[in-house]
Amino acid sequence: MTVHNLYLFDRNGVCLHYSEWHRKKQAGIPKEEEFKLMYGMLFSIRSFVSKMSPLDMKDGFLAFQTSRYKLHYYETPTGIKVVMNTDLGVGPIRDVLHHIYSALYVELVVKNPLCPLGQTVQSELFRSRLDSYIRSLPFFSARAG
Amino acid sequence: MSRQANRGTESKKMSSELFTLTYGALVTQLCKDYENDEDVNKQLDKMGYNIGVRLIEDFLARSNVGKCHDFRETADVIAKVAFKMYLGITPSITNWSPAGDEFSLILENNPLVDFVELPDNHSSLIYSNLLCGVLRGALEMVQMAVEAKFVQDTLKGDGVTEIRMRFIRRIEDNLPVGEE
Repeated sequence: MTVHNLYLFDRNGVCLHYSEWHRKKQAGIPKEEEFKLMYGMLFSIRSFVSKMSPLDMKDGFLAFQTSRYKLHYYETPTGIKVVMNTDLGVGPIRDVLHHIYSALYVELVVKNPLCPLGQTVQSELFRSRLDSYIRSLPFFSARAG
Repeated sequence: MSRQANRGTESKKMSSELFTLTYGALVTQLCKDYENDEDVNKQLDKMGYNIGVRLIEDFLARSNVGKCHDFRETADVIAKVAFKMYLGITPSITNWSPAGDEFSLILENNPLVDFVELPDNHSSLIYSNLLCGVLRGALEMVQMAVEAKFVQDTLKGDGVTEIRMRFIRRIEDNLPVGEE
């Protein structure tokens, strides 16, 4: 069981942060384009999911999975989006994604007046805390599973 | 150098006098820097806006409130959750407009103005204008363009402090320009 990578986007599609832990295959396009592709896809899926829902929507889009990986999604009312790719053994992790938002992004970036919003996070503290947190998760194993 | 361990959702207690005095010092300094009250009001609004755009994230992280479905729900959350969380007071919501796009927040007491009296030469100063900026900034980040203004103020002799909130329009999500 493992975490492959993590993206953090803001409401305008700016990729605030990207980290990877176990990624054996790259997308084959420059990182900038990869982020735009990811954001555009999420934007479309969210709107698709809410249009086509046969029942009243509660949380909206949560995750999708393929035969090799699962993509988990969490969005706040302010448009901050946390996207994590894990392997298939991992169940719903909304609380983990919420923790990344509240205890890491809000505490270390939003509350720091020297960290400008709306651009890639430069804070080394954020990067290293996020890394330790991910590595401490029960479904993260140092060897790619 | 390591930061203190994460406090989670506990709130740190601090002296409310220190808060009131700090705010007072801020307003006093602005009055010295900008000679007229209108400019001070604008600065307070701008500072409040910058606070609001960040404060909303902290609010959402701590309160677990989801997206509001309409302006009435927003009003409830502002008065009963947000004001309580940050200022320790619960304003009441009154004077809804017939279209449901305007309401008033009535503050019986305003922690920003403890010990404060407005001198005569600052009669058009809106002392607590920071609050209007905070409300505007915070709501803009959850896609609502609103106008907030003081219509009654205990500092000016009124019985209560009243903030009028008006919904202007919804701000739509924009797909970033330049999708190749």
